[in-house]
Amino acid sequence: MVSLHKPEIKLESLKEDIKDFLKTSGWEKKLQNAVYSELNVFPSPCHPAAPSEHIKEPLAYMRKAQGSWEKRILKSLNSMCTELNIPLAQKRPANEQKELLNKWNEMGTDEPDLSLFRPVYAPKDFLEVLMNLRNPNYENGEQPSFRNHLGLIQVPLKVKDIPELKEDFNELGLNIGQLGIDDSAQVPPEFFENEHVHVGQKVLAEQDSAAAQQYVRQGCPTALRADLWALILNVSNQPEDILYYEQLKSNVIQHDLLVDNLIYKDVKLTASNDDYYFVFEDYLYQVLLCFSRDTSVLEHFTYSSATPPKSYIQGKLGMEEYAVFYPPNGVIPFHGFSMYVAPLCFLYHEPSKLYQIFREMYVRFFFRLHSISSHPSGIVSLCLLFETLLQTHLPQLFYHLREIGAQPLRISFKWMVRAFSGYLATDQLLLLWDRILGYNSLEILAVLAAAVFAFRAVNLMEVTSLAAAEAVLADLSTLKVMPLLQIFLFATVT
Amino acid sequence: MAGKVKWVTDIEKSVLINNFEKRGWIQVAENEDWNFYWMSVQTIRNVFSVETGYRLSDDQIVNHFPNHYELTRKDLMVKNIKRYRKELEKEGSPLAEKDENGKYIYLDFVPVTFMLPADYNLFVEEFRKNPSSTWIMKPCGKAQGKGIFLINKLSQIKKWSRDSKTSSFVSQSSKEAYVISLYINNPLLIGGKKFDLRLYVLVSTYRPLRCYMYKLGFCRFCTVKYTPSTSELDNMFVHLTNVAIQKHGDDYNHIHGGKWTVSNLRLYLESTRGKEVTNKLFDEIHWIIVQSLKAVAPVMNNDKHCFECYGYDIIIDDKLKPWLIEVNASPSLTSSTANDRILKYNLINDTLNIAVPNGEIPDCKWNKSPPKEVLGNYEVLYDEEMAQSDGTERDLRARPGQPTGVKGSRARESGKPVLTTWK
Repeated sequence: MVSLHKPEIKLESLKEDIKDFLKTSGWEKKLQNAVYSELNVFPSPCHPAAPSEHIKEPLAYMRKAQGSWEKRILKSLNSMCTELNIPLAQKRPANEQKELLNKWNEMGTDEPDLSLFRPVYAPKDFLEVLMNLRNPNYENGEQPSFRNHLGLIQVPLKVKDIPELKEDFNELGLNIGQLGIDDSAQVPPEFFENEHVHVGQKVLAEQDSAAAQQYVRQGCPTALRADLWALILNVSNQPEDILYYEQLKSNVIQHDLLVDNLIYKDVKLTASNDDYYFVFEDYLYQVLLCFSRDTSVLEHFTYSSATPPKSYIQGKLGMEEYAVFYPPNGVIPFHGFSMYVAPLCFLYHEPSKLYQIFREMYVRFFFRLHSISSHPSGIVSLCLLFETLLQTHLPQLFYHLREIGAQPLRISFKWMVRAFSGYLATDQLLLLWDRILGYNSLEILAVLAAAVFAFRAVNLMEVTSLAAAEAVLADLSTLKVMPLLQIFLFATVT
Repeated sequence: MAGKVKWVTDIEKSVLINNFEKRGWIQVAENEDWNFYWMSVQTIRNVFSVETGYRLSDDQIVNHFPNHYELTRKDLMVKNIKRYRKELEKEGSPLAEKDENGKYIYLDFVPVTFMLPADYNLFVEEFRKNPSSTWIMKPCGKAQGKGIFLINKLSQIKKWSRDSKTSSFVSQSSKEAYVISLYINNPLLIGGKKFDLRLYVLVSTYRPLRCYMYKLGFCRFCTVKYTPSTSELDNMFVHLTNVAIQKHGDDYNHIHGGKWTVSNLRLYLESTRGKEVTNKLFDEIHWIIVQSLKAVAPVMNNDKHCFECYGYDIIIDDKLKPWLIEVNASPSLTSSTANDRILKYNLINDTLNIAVPNGEIPDCKWNKSPPKEVLGNYEVLYDEEMAQSDGTERDLRARPGQPTGVKGSRARESGKPVLTTWK
């Protein structure tokens, strides 16, 4: 801004000068990126008279269901608290603070006694709730038949069919180059890959979020992915961001939260045992413990159907002045939560940047996977989309599995809730998450789930029990995601 | 030729035996007529020893070269590499070029090493140049991390100095000889953890040199956080990555065994450091393996009945430079996890496919040029014959974005050093 103090500045041309300055200094681009980011995250403007709860979730019965679910979770958390006689939050004594600070980079070597803690809920508990969702305004008197929906989700949300998906996911088409397909060993790089990498470098040089988002629809080259995702999520790791992270870290040092134990337990149960992610165990603690204390995450509740749990200072139950959100970020972790962070460790090794990327991914995408809403990327819609795709295009398989007591959603639910983290090989997972970012939608998770069933259909037709069906689908680590998606969307006879 | 291959082994490991059985081979005893013998290193010593040895017939194959220890004993490996470098320097080869500090540019891949007690005085001179350095003492003849310890003070190895002063010094039995190497105290850390690389390399012949690298190598992580602090020098869990040692640490996990695939390493490095430096690292790793084999090739007894599968241990420092730590003649065939078992089973399978063509009774006079289809997870690392007949790019072109593979390193592996493509 120094240049604006020069005597050459003329009042008449000030407006133009500022515009030029913004352009040349790169600030115009940054502003554009910031605006673009908001457009991606926040819902479109609606009627000025619409109450805020309608912005969170337009359908009343969904709001009610989410409310009940939250009550249940909070009750479970409170009873664990009472049972174990551990406060929800307490200040750490000074010596404990010092110890934690010293051990900050190796919390994984700590072995606290976690045997008494149980995850507040697991995906299958959540599935039971979703299965019982009903729209009270929708009377479906017909007997369930082949015409009706035979799956577990029984709410009439609108989901896309394959022609619509083909349009939306146009860049996955057969005649368009993809990373994950057209960069395999047999294809000469001159056909697609070299040019794609070149374009990626240009996009990064331009620092254009919108262009990056369009670009990653065809996949990110591994060397460019970290920067491209940061550009799309508008994460730049400025000094103030680093400072903010350090502040969160000091909150962790000073105060102990009950949910910290849930986080430890989750990491120990999931990521620590994972072939790909065990290496990053310590980073997961550093991210998730800070995440729990980050009140900026509360902002996402304006557009999420969820509401952060409120707790009251002891003895002041019901008095709003003594209400606090618990945990401070309003998000209670469940079994498998740490797997949202784990794949990101392959891309970012600097804790504060890793943290911000995860936080952005959470408030943009992951929150929809464990809250009840009618949003097209919400888990309810994804489940319905999955079941509808399967029932429409593989009716024989769907019917067979249903008959043997192996409802397909029972198997695929956990994949979708975790956005396939921990089920796919990491390089494949990252290609999948490229498309989530590129299309700003989670629908691809449902499409992939259906594509996996289609791929293993022959074996699945032979099984005669749920356990056998689970076994056929137990190991997805050898799957190549992009060919599966492409074939399912563009090469299957509809 | 009719008849099934008759096999013997003195290493009772399921990954071996399952592979023999699946080929329909017949187990026999050592004193019977056998075609294939998977030996321990003790046995190979007997087979080829002057007193107890015997001639192998044309239809017999063994899994070690008679004097493999030229490569697999820590002191001899270093000796051979030093000799090789000096020879190249004498010939004026560009490979032996040195930089302004007198360090070899292309051939500095073994940490500074001395034999004890023989080179004790030389070691002391080097130690005093950098008194805050840490050194690692390794017994020449042991494996699995046995007998290894770290020192950072001369007093800790006084024992070896006293002996060297004895005028009637008789060289101790090879079991008590040690090598002392500069400890790499700036290893590349991932997730804050130290690791080393285990790569499998199959050599079917030394002259001409023909070697294959197994694509599915792995990283072995230390279970305890790495710290270069002096108080932790004694904590072997921090410093040594041998699985045999890590297995007894508190944090050892039996699902993944603290192991990562090389493809994970590549993905991580490409994502966090970029493609060029990652490719360069892997090219360098291939380079140092080939150079180590070339170094011992002249002294190896290139017995045509032999092939060998080595376990190479490599450490990468935080500047992404690979260092050759040692080469194992008998890489462990014990499986610490389910994944491990599958890997080692496939390793033996692919090894046998190359060493014993078509699974039929071998003829050691064959040209040892297996067709591409049988390589399995091996890829040609260096083929001296092919390199000399044409210096053009090999048909093996690995691809960027692929988890495994090497791009463009073939030109480097040709008989003539191609320095312009190296840097």
